[in-house]
Amino acid sequence: MKTLKLGLLRGRMEVKVFMRGRESVVFTLLFPVILLFIFGSVFQNTIAPGVTFSQYFVAGMIASGLVNTGFQQLAITIPMEREFGTLKRLRGRPISVSAYFIGKAYLVTILMILQTALLLGFGAAFFGLDIPTTSGKWITFTWLILLGSACSTVLGIAFSVVPKSGRGASAIVSPIVIILQFFSGVFFVFSELPIWMQQFAALFPLKWLTQGMRSVFLPESFATQEVAGNWELGRTAIILTLWLIIGLILSIKTFKWSEE
Amino acid sequence: MSTNTKPAIEISGLIKRYGQKVAVDGIDLTVYQGEIFALLGPNGAGKTTTVEILEGFRNLSGGKVRVLDFDPATTGEAGRKWRNKIGIVLQSTTDAADLSVQETVEHFSHYYENPRNVDEVIDEVGLREKAKELARNLSGGQRRRLDVALGIIGSPELLFLDEPTTGFDPEARRAFWDLLNKLRGEGTTIFLTTHYLDEAEALADRVGVITAGKIIEIATPATLGDRGNAPARITWLENGQMQELETSEPTAELKKLSTRFNGEIPQLQVIRPNLEDIYLRMIGENR
Ligand SMILES: Nc1ncnc2c1ncn2[C@@H]1O[C@H](COP(=O)(O)OP(=O)(O)OP(=O)(O)O)[C@@H](O)[C@H]1O
Ligand SMILES: [Mg+2]
Repeated sequence: MKTLKLGLLRGRMEVKVFMRGRESVVFTLLFPVILLFIFGSVFQNTIAPGVTFSQYFVAGMIASGLVNTGFQQLAITIPMEREFGTLKRLRGRPISVSAYFIGKAYLVTILMILQTALLLGFGAAFFGLDIPTTSGKWITFTWLILLGSACSTVLGIAFSVVPKSGRGASAIVSPIVIILQFFSGVFFVFSELPIWMQQFAALFPLKWLTQGMRSVFLPESFATQEVAGNWELGRTAIILTLWLIIGLILSIKTFKWSEE
Repeated sequence: MSTNTKPAIEISGLIKRYGQKVAVDGIDLTVYQGEIFALLGPNGAGKTTTVEILEGFRNLSGGKVRVLDFDPATTGEAGRKWRNKIGIVLQSTTDAADLSVQETVEHFSHYYENPRNVDEVIDEVGLREKAKELARNLSGGQRRRLDVALGIIGSPELLFLDEPTTGFDPEARRAFWDLLNKLRGEGTTIFLTTHYLDEAEALADRVGVITAGKIIEIATPATLGDRGNAPARITWLENGQMQELETSEPTAELKKLSTRFNGEIPQLQVIRPNLEDIYLRMIGENR
């Protein structure tokens, strides 16, 4: 009970601090929107009847948003907090690691809502993104977001032990995210990528999230264009859940307060 | 020292190795409840290592420590219960988050079962004018004061201070001494390290001197290094020149001088070695 209370208290504080940091707001929240504008404006070709590349791209960017606000943001900021001693100071206080994690999850949730709203809004306003009208699609959208951001959060915390210094973290994490985005069909049409790239991407959550988001935002008829010939939502749920469990175990087992 | 002789900190045979290097080499020490204990020693002597073992931040390599009758290395719920009674000011300064002084102190006050009043603490460390300022915009000394505020916000029974007044201006240092004396008055036990001998003299009930991981003496500031029996220096003006003599019986010498001058002795001074003189001599002998 106290853990939850302190976790939410930390979460509200983290949101406040995040919003005051101009760099983090631009880098994490606005960068995907800027990318959306660039790619959406450059590639306006039609990739299937009634589907433009910008629509395809928006679906991928919404999925990427989950990776940006969770995995990328945490895997960069936690090593910095470790290096600057923020975590050490926290450890000297009557607060549990779980409360710290809850605070991070709260921050990710808020950022994810903002990020998704921004991308949905701009996608619908400028790039012909169809906002779904059936409740079935909204249900898919909701579980994808929930499972995706949970996955992204725990994997970000787990990965935070990899960078050896706070300063170097972004140099390690950002390329990983960008490569995954290329491989997972965010910047290109997935079915047109080389097979080995497709198979590699299928090991990681992002490919499944982008495909899931396409099932929400692209017409039903597009399903036949996917590699498997359908949206594979069941398999998506299983793979995301597996990653969530792996991430959860890793983050609990490997988390450390300081480098000592 | 207060009449309370229950121990707050018990250290026996403490050893800490970093690889081959022995940083703490068999320390025995007891600090009693309600006392202010100062650990003195040159850079690299092992002060921070010792303090951080007591705080539960570092593992020990040998020996035993009990802090408020508890093993500081304990994690989980029991550890957090214990941390509720401990205040910590680390040697390195708080990183500057985009939070104001007021927001930071307020935030951390919620972690504790029985926090001090937030505004009172801000006043006590002299940050009232800076309460609305972001921590990142504070000067070095002001940020250090914020550290102190965050160390005492939880009404600790036991407060650890690792070189707390580094970067304080003289006025802030005096105000800080007053604050510590007030805390002692409320029954707080205080364990501090410092390089300022005047600070140790003004505050500490007892001081310990550590060099190369060993404690060479524990005493009151007045008796450290046999200070009470150390020779005094007497200086005066005679024949247009300053004269000087060292003696362990200054009163007898003064009587003689006074007879010789038949009254006032011009520019008379009797100088007792201060804590710094004693300390430097001890450190020198132990090199
Ligand atoms: N994490 C560490 N790894 C390896 N050696 C260390 C580590 N921390 C301290 N030491 C070594 O242990 C010795 C004692 O260090 P410590 O920080 O305890 O000294 P100190 O008395 O606090 O010094 P100062 O007055 O400079 O703060 C030093 O020789 C230091 O180099
Ligand atoms: Mg030190």
